[in-house]
Amino acid sequence: MTGLLVTEIGPGASIQDHGRAGWRRFGISTAGAMDRLSLAIANVLVGNAPDAAAIETVLASGKFQVADHPVLLATSGPGVTLAIDGRAIPAGQSAEAMPGQTATISAVREGVYGYLAVAGGVDFSAEMGSRASHRRSGLGPPPIRVGMTVPVEAGGVSQPSPLRLATVPHHDSGPIRFIWGPQEDWFGAEAHDGLMAKGWTIGQRSDRMGVFLDGPSVAPVAGSLVTDGVVPGSIQVPPAGTPVILMRDCQTTGGYPKIATVISADLDRLAQVRPGTPLNFTAVSREEAIEALRIARVMIDGLRPEPAIRQPDTSRLMQTNLIDGVWGGSAQA
Amino acid sequence: MTDRPRLLPCGDAALSVDFGNVISIAVNRRVHALAAALGAADLAGVIETVPTYRALTVHFDPLVLPPDLLERTVQGLLDHGDATVQPARRWHVPAVFGGAFGVDLDACANAAGLDPADYIATFVAPVYRVMMIGFMPGFSYLANLPEGFARPRLATPRAAVPKGSISIGGAQAAIGSVEGPSGWHLLGRTPAVPFLPGREPLFLFEPGDEIVFDPVSASDWGALAAAAERGDPLVRLVETEPRP
Repeated sequence: MTGLLVTEIGPGASIQDHGRAGWRRFGISTAGAMDRLSLAIANVLVGNAPDAAAIETVLASGKFQVADHPVLLATSGPGVTLAIDGRAIPAGQSAEAMPGQTATISAVREGVYGYLAVAGGVDFSAEMGSRASHRRSGLGPPPIRVGMTVPVEAGGVSQPSPLRLATVPHHDSGPIRFIWGPQEDWFGAEAHDGLMAKGWTIGQRSDRMGVFLDGPSVAPVAGSLVTDGVVPGSIQVPPAGTPVILMRDCQTTGGYPKIATVISADLDRLAQVRPGTPLNFTAVSREEAIEALRIARVMIDGLRPEPAIRQPDTSRLMQTNLIDGVWGGSAQA
Repeated sequence: MTDRPRLLPCGDAALSVDFGNVISIAVNRRVHALAAALGAADLAGVIETVPTYRALTVHFDPLVLPPDLLERTVQGLLDHGDATVQPARRWHVPAVFGGAFGVDLDACANAAGLDPADYIATFVAPVYRVMMIGFMPGFSYLANLPEGFARPRLATPRAAVPKGSISIGGAQAAIGSVEGPSGWHLLGRTPAVPFLPGREPLFLFEPGDEIVFDPVSASDWGALAAAAERGDPLVRLVETEPRP
């Protein structure tokens, strides 16, 4: 079987694609990659569709031993690098790994989520239209653990040819943009000002379900909200006044007032902000949000990798018998 | 209920059509009627809709469907009466009450001033309505709980209750689906499996459906549960007339 044997992995690593649409009315969360731009970069570098399923890591590094067939691998994410048997691969470039070799995805040095894509994609069967893993409901592939083999679709590639991106796009900096509502009228002027003020930091409890914010209290007015729908990006505020921004693994409905909603285009970079980092917000119009989404889509559609110039790979030279007939076969014994 | 619903943006890719901050079957019918009308309109760019107690969340792709066009379409469906109330599907659902299947039954009966047998008879008398599905896959929130049966949620939720649990939380009843945490009071369980991956249909109930509980004996549980695991839905559909 073609695959990647997991020999080292941090907690929270999972298989993710674009997520599971169409089942929210039955309480099924979409899940999906926390950083779709990074998922797309890793995928196109191995010739996959931008939204193909890949391995998502959380903060920590991971090691994978290649099984029976060569594979083409690429990594992405803020400060994430790839190494094959210790040989560093230049950023923005995929690399071939031979059976028995170990591919290492580094720790996510400048963010939270890293991606490892393999040519052909990971070979877990789609469940309800997606290969995304959702921890809380158990839908999708199992969590990635040491000792499991991540199967590779279509037997990998017979002629792996590394690709590179001349420029690797990265996330904007600047305030996280939101649109007021749907329940901004459940909050007083102080809460509105508080959300716009400086001094927010990302809380330590943040995960794929939600980003917790530490900062001023922005408590809603008293009252009981009847449960309605939520989306990734909903900034919901429980009575205590500490906001939580719902993320890709969020539930489909919720009973806390939602003061504002982070725009679709900023969810990727919000996901990559490390706990403890200061964060500012700014309000934008719906038109500005849609224009930002258009730019984000164009960026993904515009990813055009080119063939990479092969780096000398001493490990391959060592495996290739270049000296037979000169010195005899004894050196290979 | 002549109030005009409010159209509230939920970011750039979702719109909430909000019929008011109330738990009311009449309001919930309007939510589901709009969901059906919008489904029939088959508007390019609508990804999915999520009906809740009192609002319909429309998820859409704003690069395919401009939000003002979506809003005009929704307003048109509301104004021209296209969002008419549909007849509900009514399901008869087998249920075992009390004992290990419903560990809170005796306490709930006691709180309602009834003996457990009378309490169950009263609990199964109404036709319940699936107001929405949420929280966990297939978790159905039911309205029409008999008067005096409302119970405050447990101070400390249980970490895991079995799949198919029938419970009361506040003024709502529920049929659970998968195993999960719960702070609701457990009255019984259905051997039917509301969400079973690989089965067709995946989900037994849809938002807007009606539910009637048919009590069965604990001694029947084993055979029924085994049949359900083999893919037998166990629930029985009963035709109903459209209601205003």
